[in-house]
Amino acid sequence: MTPVVKLLAQRIALGLLLLFLVSILIFVGTLILPGDVAQSILGQSATPEALANLRQDLGLNEPALTRYFDWLFGVFQGDLGTALTSGQDIAESLGARFRNTLFLAFWAAIIAVPLAVFLGLLAVRYRDRWPDKLISAVTLASISLPEFLIGYLLMFFLGVKLRWFPSTAIGYRPDADVFTRLEAIALPVAVLTLVVLAHMMRMTRAAILNVMQSAYIETAELKGLSTFRVIWKHAFPNSIAPIVNVVMLNLAYLVVGVVVVEVVFVYPGMGQYLVDHVSKRDVPVVQACGLIFAAVYIGLNMLADVISILANPRLRHPK
Amino acid sequence: MSDLLEMKNLRIGATVYPPGEKPHDIEIVKGVSFSLEKGQVLGLIGESGAGKSTIGLASMGFGRGGVEITGGEVWINGRDILKGGMRGLRALRGAEVTYVAQSAAAAFNPARKLMEQVTEAALQHGRCTKSEAEARAVRLFDKLGLPDPETFGNRFPHQVSGGQLQRAMTAMALCPQPDLVVFDEPTTALDVTTQIDVLAAIKDAIRDTGVAALYITHDLAVVAQVSDHIMVLRHGEKVEYGTAEQIINAPQEDYTRALVTVRQIDHPEKAPAEPVLTAKNITARYSGTRYDVLKDVSIDLAPGHTLAVVGESGSGKSTLARVITGLLPPSEGQIDFAGRTLSPALAGRSREDLRELQMIYQMADVAMNPRQTVGTIIGRPLEFYFGMKGRKLRDRVAELLDKIEMADGFIDRYPAELSGGQKQRVCIARALAADPKLIICDEVTSALDPLVADGILKLLLDLQKKENVAYLFITHDLATVRAIADSIAVMYQGKVVRYGPKSEVLAPPFDDYTDLLLSSVPEMKLGWLEEVLAHRKMESAGH
Repeated sequence: MTPVVKLLAQRIALGLLLLFLVSILIFVGTLILPGDVAQSILGQSATPEALANLRQDLGLNEPALTRYFDWLFGVFQGDLGTALTSGQDIAESLGARFRNTLFLAFWAAIIAVPLAVFLGLLAVRYRDRWPDKLISAVTLASISLPEFLIGYLLMFFLGVKLRWFPSTAIGYRPDADVFTRLEAIALPVAVLTLVVLAHMMRMTRAAILNVMQSAYIETAELKGLSTFRVIWKHAFPNSIAPIVNVVMLNLAYLVVGVVVVEVVFVYPGMGQYLVDHVSKRDVPVVQACGLIFAAVYIGLNMLADVISILANPRLRHPK
Repeated sequence: MSDLLEMKNLRIGATVYPPGEKPHDIEIVKGVSFSLEKGQVLGLIGESGAGKSTIGLASMGFGRGGVEITGGEVWINGRDILKGGMRGLRALRGAEVTYVAQSAAAAFNPARKLMEQVTEAALQHGRCTKSEAEARAVRLFDKLGLPDPETFGNRFPHQVSGGQLQRAMTAMALCPQPDLVVFDEPTTALDVTTQIDVLAAIKDAIRDTGVAALYITHDLAVVAQVSDHIMVLRHGEKVEYGTAEQIINAPQEDYTRALVTVRQIDHPEKAPAEPVLTAKNITARYSGTRYDVLKDVSIDLAPGHTLAVVGESGSGKSTLARVITGLLPPSEGQIDFAGRTLSPALAGRSREDLRELQMIYQMADVAMNPRQTVGTIIGRPLEFYFGMKGRKLRDRVAELLDKIEMADGFIDRYPAELSGGQKQRVCIARALAADPKLIICDEVTSALDPLVADGILKLLLDLQKKENVAYLFITHDLATVRAIADSIAVMYQGKVVRYGPKSEVLAPPFDDYTDLLLSSVPEMKLGWLEEVLAHRKMESAGH
């Protein structure tokens, strides 16, 4: 086995192990939460008999270990259980929501990642001059404002005043054509882009500046290359690993952290779904959402590791 | 006018930010003028800080770090390149003038294949098509003696050796067919046995392509092999300019004469005596590796004597020092020191063991805490081993400073305020402070200029006479060995291949490796390179 394959296998195995541990954590976490599902379904006026019957029906009297393995086994078969409050199949209703969330995250990423890298390169090219300072100031301001505030600001100016875009995503229908859908998510995408841009851009700038100190950058300059070519061809390929790491963290955020934005724009994604069911204390739904979020997070970080390893020529082409 | 390059009254300056002082401007090059004809090689020689690299880069209109050309003119092919703006400089760099750096290992981009990098400048300037550039690169690889020239370019920099990279860098400089190549210490970082091959390859390539060159180095013996003319620089000023023959054989200035006669310390070897250090059958490897770095190494060393351990990089000589100091416990073998057997691991050694065995390193500036004064640095072992305090401590530090020929005014200075040679002297004083029986010197003069290194060697010999301390002197430089050793161990691939008193080790008959090592040391005479190569050719034909 070549060292690269071994390293990659290690990373992937580690990711799977981590996911398994997280599943335990999620299960235990929901166990130790105070309160009781049956109580919250039936309300304060429920009789003790009715509560006992409901608990029996819901399987809440089984030992925790049995319930955990039942749940885990179900997850492997694509069965996330049924929602306690509505009686619907979780996998089915969650699937549609998850697709919506991915749709939003995808378009936010398509815009934010290249833009962040490009702005980072531009900031290096004009280091300490006004374009660099402007980029830094604007991105820093956008990350400093809470996302709900940016959301309402954009809604007010672009949606209500200028009427360029619909001010909420309430008209979003998964079966509509792509342009209608894109129009509906324009504002949430803009907010997400502004939120993740600064982090990725600053990391790109720092990683490339770090490489710009190297002797091979001087070699490239002494070949008479233009500054942008020096940055793009010689500095960027050597700063991929740190950039990919921060990009993946932000992509994970786009999926996992959109709760607030989805609520602000009334977008039918996973975040909304999660918030609804947390307030109803619907444990199976919360567990399912938690597991999916964890899987996305761990998966993307694993991907970042894999790309970093593959981007290292010493590992890819051993002696 | 057939001059390719002409510098007129060149002035170069920089702003420095010394700790605790106001930033101020300094002048690195103070009005230097010279010219270079087409196809000629000019050697620039001088110690560090002489401004030789700065002048070399100025021929491409480039200032490293905050360095700026503040005055004068640089004419190349009939135009003043300082007046052409950034666009003009970009058109010049990589086309008319190219550059070969000291460390090719750092100067190649690790993420891109050699071929892409070698042909990049030629393609960037539209000097030829991609296939022409690649064909030319392959011819250059072949000419420079690189293995498998057809496929060599498909490799990444980390996949080839240091000597090969340095040749690949020469190929990269020659590929755009420039008029002038600036060689900036191209063989300094190489082993002496590798240096001779790279030097020969560079010389052939210069002759065959008819390119002009500025050859920058601190080693006069090296520059004498490749140059038509030599310019000696010191403190940013021209000391002497002449043909290579005149500079080597009839130097006019005192400074040049000192450079020519450097390393001619006469040191008769001492008679054998009972050893203070005996290392027996040492075998060692680094944890997590599968190969022994030291294989059955045995040496001994008498009090007040110097044992020089020589070999190229990777021969295991520094590892031997780590084993003796206890930093790397050996897998087999035993170390006897001052009549007792030392614990293999550092943790098992007594304070007395530590005190009697001191070490001096190659990089004096990183071996000292930059935030401590010279007094604190030298005083620390006095406090630690002898419990000295106050007045007594200060007096002893002053006494030690006197021994290393530095005034006691240095006691409150910080390392950053010292020159390279002074830093190394402070490290010597720190080692002496412990009153040791043995000092391990690991390449202590390698990072220093020849004249400064000479001063350090004389100091070490002088101290040895007074203090009767033994030196285990690790070096790759055979001139240093001749100057200081009583006995010599030649190491190759983890083994001692030749060992004994200096007079025997340096006298024939030689084994193959020692012969190669000794014959590769550049000599201060013209035509030495050709002589050695002709001799080697004859020998290999004879076999």
